[in-house]
Amino acid sequence: MSDTLDIALVGVGGQGTILASDVLAELGMRLGHDVKKAEVHGMSQRGGSVVSHVRWGPQVHSPIIPAGGADVVVAVEKMEAARYAALLAPRGTVILNDHAIEPLTVITGGAAYPSDPQIEQCYTTDQRMLWLDATATAERLGNAAAANVVLLGALCAVLDLDVELCEQVLRGRVADKHLAVNLAALREGVRAAQG
Amino acid sequence: MKRLLSGNEAIARAAWEAGAVVGAGYPGTPSTEILEEFAPCPDVYAEWAPNEKVALDVAIGAAYAGRRAFATMKHVGLNVALDSFWSVSMTGIEAGLVVVSADDPSLHSSQNEQDNRQLAKFARVPCLDPADSQDCHDLMVAAFEISERFDTPVMLRPTTRVCHTSTPVEVGEVRNRAAEPAAYPRNTAKYDMAPANARARRPLLDKRIEALTEFAETFPHNRWERRGAELGIVASGVAYTYAREVFPDASVLKLGLVYPLPPRLIADFAASVDRLVVMEELDPFVEEQLRLMGVEVFREPGHAAYPMTKSVFSAVGEMDPMSVRRDAYAAGLLAEPPHVSRIDLPISVPGRPPTLCPGCPHRSSFYVLHKLGLPVNGDIGCYTLGMSKPLDALHTAGCMGASIAVAHGAAQAGDTERHVAVIGDSTFFHSGVAALLDVLYNRSNVITIIMDNRTTGMTGHQQNPGTGMTLQRKETNEVDIERVVLALGFPAERVKTIASYDVKAIERQLKAWVKEDGPAVLITQEECALLPHARTTWMPLQVNDSCNGCTICFRIGCPAILQSDELDERTQRPLALIDQARCTGCEICAQVCPRDAILFRDQVREHAHEAHAHV
Repeated sequence: MSDTLDIALVGVGGQGTILASDVLAELGMRLGHDVKKAEVHGMSQRGGSVVSHVRWGPQVHSPIIPAGGADVVVAVEKMEAARYAALLAPRGTVILNDHAIEPLTVITGGAAYPSDPQIEQCYTTDQRMLWLDATATAERLGNAAAANVVLLGALCAVLDLDVELCEQVLRGRVADKHLAVNLAALREGVRAAQG
Repeated sequence: MKRLLSGNEAIARAAWEAGAVVGAGYPGTPSTEILEEFAPCPDVYAEWAPNEKVALDVAIGAAYAGRRAFATMKHVGLNVALDSFWSVSMTGIEAGLVVVSADDPSLHSSQNEQDNRQLAKFARVPCLDPADSQDCHDLMVAAFEISERFDTPVMLRPTTRVCHTSTPVEVGEVRNRAAEPAAYPRNTAKYDMAPANARARRPLLDKRIEALTEFAETFPHNRWERRGAELGIVASGVAYTYAREVFPDASVLKLGLVYPLPPRLIADFAASVDRLVVMEELDPFVEEQLRLMGVEVFREPGHAAYPMTKSVFSAVGEMDPMSVRRDAYAAGLLAEPPHVSRIDLPISVPGRPPTLCPGCPHRSSFYVLHKLGLPVNGDIGCYTLGMSKPLDALHTAGCMGASIAVAHGAAQAGDTERHVAVIGDSTFFHSGVAALLDVLYNRSNVITIIMDNRTTGMTGHQQNPGTGMTLQRKETNEVDIERVVLALGFPAERVKTIASYDVKAIERQLKAWVKEDGPAVLITQEECALLPHARTTWMPLQVNDSCNGCTICFRIGCPAILQSDELDERTQRPLALIDQARCTGCEICAQVCPRDAILFRDQVREHAHEAHAHV
């Protein structure tokens, strides 16, 4: 086992995986770790599949998490959890947003969107699966786009991270008019993961 | 204090610290954010130029004038600027000049995977290859110093992974105060590359590389990390991080300067280890030079060595810890194969390629082009996605500005089908204008569609000569594309501007022109639906009960039109459903629906009003 904490955030371009990974990387730095955060811009952001890698540790070398090395996979869209399942370490945790965004290959191309049990089959029994209604929760709080922050809250709970520090980082990164919803989303995420 | 910076942010910061006063570039993933970060710095001038060659000439102009300057571009942008790159290698400069060329291994957002370290060597320009953000910072600062010390342009060559990875960086807090520049040089022997002058300067290029080779021997960013003697790794760029991850006990010679190389340092390093391998992404650039120096590089027996194969690691795509382990195991460098909990998924996960966004103003033209069935020559930008199913209406896309002349070439060669070229506004300014001039000058019957979405879309909404705003947020002249086309000499009846969402008008115009002979230009105009102003106008549409699941609306390939769970009673086909969170209300689907089952904005408003009245 490596001495780094490795977190992969996956989803669909435009869902806010980059904001979530920014917050997480800064959090790691404030906690005194060496940090690397890798993401992809450009073409893949046009509704394509996206993945961000965040790694903390005494000294982080590779910016990319080795396959089978992620301690946690956070999926802002549930089919993407299946696509990136090979990233998760044995006994790792996958946090899934119970939210589907159908790609055009499904809408018009005849491909089938996987069922929830099929998505679960992509993980092994020694891996923990945590399903959350992050989009629905965020919508209830006033902005469906804050689903990423609900999941961030759940991640804080899973990794037993300092939620107040996470709030502080969020304050520095979210525009004032969206702050209240995002802070509420963070707390809801923590609660949902603990409950 | 250390700051968490992406490679691009670190490059911009370092340029400011180094006292660069001019930064010019053309947007291109993964390089775009460098100038965006530099532009707001105090006391600097930054610009988006119409293309990379112009950008580099601007930076060269500043450097000739004794001011530190740099140009930024993606790897393929340097192809466009290569003439200027070679020229400035010949002349040298008065003040530091850095060319930042961001390569894209694995083609995350590019049409090829060229390794621009080769272009640095080709033009006899020293090349620095950063591994992380600290390197980006430190090597950018060093680049300006090397440039002035050796009277040469310098290439800084980060890759996508380095540009878009954030790592802690120790930055400098003060800006280098450059010396007051001397009067503008009148030194034709150095700066006017007429053949006689150029011939005299040619030998200086080799002398310069000789001097830089000596410099490389003690350059502090060529770093020998002494660990075990069993394995030695010569590492370039981000591959250094994989060397450290996978071979923690190996000795490493980390090369910050990959051209020219330090032969004595490399020979000493090679002599100190039992086996030597090179870790670098893409071409065997360092490896080939080592072999020419007579350094023995480890190679598994029976390895195919020609033409572009590397000894251990793939020359194709990005490296990552898993691929490094796999290749190292295959070559006998690791005893254990890589362990993965699960490689084969029990299901095949549907692909999720990038698509035109809901509300994209390009969609209508591609819908019409698909119906017309004509060969379409495309270009580089969001509209390249018009190739995807179900639109499937773009058949070639090579490089920036290629669309129009590629269509023209087919027409002049005698292809019997009528060719349509599609090009975006920013790409038209980049390198489309000259090709359109060719269509008119040499008389082909190409129909060109300039898709003007009022921004540079794919790279994330950069300003361009058509937006009326500069990179540094100053209001400026806003180019009128129709007037440019008319000024080239196109007759007025063959130039038309149509609102991009007007499907019927686009179809009518294209059909009319196809029947006539001779070139024509259609400008479709509507701002990108993701621009801040456009977002304020979003209004999701609705489907009424006239829908019978005929599926025609699906043919526009909009990700906001879903198949509902409800089936039409008669046809047993799923009804259309509009995703209320994603629909922008562009009304393209409403226009193509043969049963008026998708409500236009006005109808949605009326509907809401009536519903309200009933309450």
